[in-house]
Amino acid sequence: MLDQLPAIQIVLPLLAAPLCVLLRRRIPLLGFALLVAWTNFGVSVALLRQVLVEGPIRYALGGWAPPWGIEYHVDPLSGFVLMFVSFIGAVTLTYAPRSIAEEIPDDREHLFIAAFLLCLTGLLGIVITGDLFNVFVFLEISALSSYVLIAMGRDRRALNAAFQYLVLGTIGATFILIGIGLLYMMTGTLNMADMAVQLPAVFGTRTVRAALGFLSIGLFIKMALFPLHGWLPNAYSYAPSLVTAFLAATATKVAVYIMLRFAFSVGDVQMEFGASGLGAIMMTLSLIGIVVASTVAIFQSDVKRLLAYSSVAQIGYMVLGISFGSVSGLTATIVHLFNHALTKGGLFLAMGCFAYVAGGVRLKNLEGIGKTMPWTTFAWVLGGLSLVGVPLTAGFVSKVYLIRGALEVGFWPVAALILLSSLLALVYVWRVVEVAYFRAPPDGAQRREAPLSMLLPTWALIGATIVFGIWTGASAGIARRAAEALLKVAP
Amino acid sequence: MTPDLALILALAIPAGGAAAVALLSRWPNLREAATLAAGGLLFADVVYLVRAWGAGAVPDVEMVELFPGLTLALSPEPLGLLFALIASALWIVTSIYAIGYMRAHGETSLTRFFACFAVAIAATMGVALARNLLTLFVFYEVLTLSTYPLVTHHRTEAAKRSGRIYMGVLLSTSIGMFLLALIWTWWRTGTLEFAPGGILAGTMEGREVIVLLALFAFGTGKAALMPFHRWLPAAMVAPTPVSALLHAVAVVKAGVFTVLKIVVYVFGVDFLAAEGASVWLTYVAAFTLIAASLVALTRDNLKARLAYSTISQLAYIVLGAALANAWGVIGGGMHIAAHAFGKITLFFCAGAIYVTLHKTEISDMRGIGRRMPVTLFAFLIGSLSIIGLPPFGGAWSKWFLALGAADTGQWILIAVLMISSLLNIAYLMPVVLYGFFSAPDGGGNDGWAIKEAPLFCVVPLCLTALGCVVLFFYADRIYRLLAPIVAS
Repeated sequence: MLDQLPAIQIVLPLLAAPLCVLLRRRIPLLGFALLVAWTNFGVSVALLRQVLVEGPIRYALGGWAPPWGIEYHVDPLSGFVLMFVSFIGAVTLTYAPRSIAEEIPDDREHLFIAAFLLCLTGLLGIVITGDLFNVFVFLEISALSSYVLIAMGRDRRALNAAFQYLVLGTIGATFILIGIGLLYMMTGTLNMADMAVQLPAVFGTRTVRAALGFLSIGLFIKMALFPLHGWLPNAYSYAPSLVTAFLAATATKVAVYIMLRFAFSVGDVQMEFGASGLGAIMMTLSLIGIVVASTVAIFQSDVKRLLAYSSVAQIGYMVLGISFGSVSGLTATIVHLFNHALTKGGLFLAMGCFAYVAGGVRLKNLEGIGKTMPWTTFAWVLGGLSLVGVPLTAGFVSKVYLIRGALEVGFWPVAALILLSSLLALVYVWRVVEVAYFRAPPDGAQRREAPLSMLLPTWALIGATIVFGIWTGASAGIARRAAEALLKVAP
Repeated sequence: MTPDLALILALAIPAGGAAAVALLSRWPNLREAATLAAGGLLFADVVYLVRAWGAGAVPDVEMVELFPGLTLALSPEPLGLLFALIASALWIVTSIYAIGYMRAHGETSLTRFFACFAVAIAATMGVALARNLLTLFVFYEVLTLSTYPLVTHHRTEAAKRSGRIYMGVLLSTSIGMFLLALIWTWWRTGTLEFAPGGILAGTMEGREVIVLLALFAFGTGKAALMPFHRWLPAAMVAPTPVSALLHAVAVVKAGVFTVLKIVVYVFGVDFLAAEGASVWLTYVAAFTLIAASLVALTRDNLKARLAYSTISQLAYIVLGAALANAWGVIGGGMHIAAHAFGKITLFFCAGAIYVTLHKTEISDMRGIGRRMPVTLFAFLIGSLSIIGLPPFGGAWSKWFLALGAADTGQWILIAVLMISSLLNIAYLMPVVLYGFFSAPDGGGNDGWAIKEAPLFCVVPLCLTALGCVVLFFYADRIYRLLAPIVAS
């Protein structure tokens, strides 16, 4: 049984999704979905434990030996990402009952849940697989289901946002497919480990370089790296609250994960970053993105959109860490995947609570919300402080590693820019704080919190940002191990 | 009780006090009793720690490892013990004063007020007792965040604007410069533990030392070195007890304490002196010292004048650190104590005058000495201590600072100290002179009747005024406590 955990991780939500379509009644449907999601989280924890104790797991799917069959591969990095993606999935699904009752028509709830589980399957599949083509397949599963999820938003502009995402997402996926195809053409293999062996012989060829270009741009679109982030603000703003929280916490992170895999496990980082100048491009784009997106966030009056631009900036931090190509930099990236997932997930769940009670998430709707919804607002403030990177929050941990990474390679101005962007984050967070606490609530507004089934998941994620801002052994410790494994340096 | 336990309790008591305040919000008298009880316990705890230290114990508590090799850890040393002792003693007095002031003034949201106050004290203890720079930085930031709700207590437009300046300056300096300097130090030395003689010697030299010192000195926004001083006058929008304890003692002293601590235990006095890297800082401090005094002269609002006076007095302590010799460090440390008692007395008096007569402008305060003689007499004592006249505490600290300046051979600094003392007289004495020797504005018999502030306000300010005198006669105790720091 334990040997089969890697397969169960994927098969469980994959099979549960169509079953959800059959369950039309609300309580069995949600009960079943919750059971699946939390079991799935349990599986991922067991996998991570196994990897950390016994070393990487290689699992030949269906007994077909790699490099011909599809191989699942769990190492510290993928175990870590699997763990937090399935955690976010389970927490957001716990938040679902009251939230989707409000936002999704009753006769579509089962479809919504099915699409949600498919999206989760896709994201987990990307992370666990050791096969390049399989990455593409799971990428499409997650993308198609997320278009559906976004389109279910109450606002009619959600359709437009989903379509915009579909167009850009498809371009991204096509680029990735072309890149994978070119690599397959040159090496004759799709297995990542095998390709890592074959690739150096053909690395200098123009075809491989073209493949690298296609892959990078495709991934930049998927992870919403500036200036290819166009799809993200609308998608996040108009999707149902739950979907925004889930996608913001997982989808872009998984795209960054693929980047890490391609750059460090498949390719050779020296050749890619050094010879092709990819590192310099990534650093430049991420720095511009951090500053520009943070600045744009300051001027948003829709708080969901504000957080969406903040996400674009945070993706910049992750890519920046990769571009340093050092242990500190990669540790910063990997731990920030996790920390930012908790922070942004928690913040967007809090936005869902605001939307549920106040009926909207523009700054105007949030006037005096600190008085009427003190618990939700306080959770939001803590999440905001984590975005800024205040000590004792998870955001601080990432930031320290990132700055240390910048100093180690001697990039002083980069360190200064990272700190500057923290201050920009302070400005956009504080705009909301001032509206929430210093404006009077609208006349007749009563003190009324969101339902507990929404408040508790919100606090679970926000609480986790504090916990992992203090006990960093589990987050940064594993991230560091993963980074060392990627760079193949001894701990 | 073991010293280790006492060390944890120094944080746990005020933190628990905050929790108790929050839980008891429905019963105001019990809630305020909880604050006072926490204050009493904390003071007893710190006194125990000081005695244990005197008996040779070196308690050491590691809480949690944040980064490889960097733990949140507490371990006292003389400077920190002195700071903890002052802050915890004055917390009790301020709590009594706050109860009188906030109730007489009909303030609302007192639960939030007292809870945040207790958290701020816990953070101050963390700063004071930190074993390494990371711990100090973490609590430094907690202190900023926990005092924001206190500064903006009234939730008015003015409070919001001042809150922006407060948060803006304190967080941007600490994140923008302090954190950078901290990571830089960590990267270069591989450690952030405070060590006698410093940790930087041998890892950097020349211009780098100067830049790092600048990042630390300006990054510690709470030390209010010009041009990063604006937050302190802005914070005066807070209720007076906050201005008194936090913006005359805990927060600002956390700033200058940090600077002293970094100079002594991170750079090392000898290393700085040998590199000559802190000479520029003496000039910045001297400039702040004079300029803030001059601005204070122009302020008619009593709290604003006291705020600029604080900026000027903080610069004394930074100057002491920047002198980079034993006299300077001891003078700086003593001035933390002397200025704390003097300035808190002055703020208490300002608050008492406001609560009783609703006057905020100095020009309106003619003749108030006849109505509030006790308050104004306490104001006189506090002023004299800040000016530096015997027999008040301020005399010793200024004496040591002058010795330190003489030791470096920079006579201009001694001149600056002299001029500044004259300026102190010029901006503090008029309040007393107007108060006692002018006729009250309104005229008539009504203006002559004695009308002091509530007892809860008057007793604390008498106690702190008494403290100014006590400090003069017991200065040798402080000297003996601090001397080991610079013994090497």
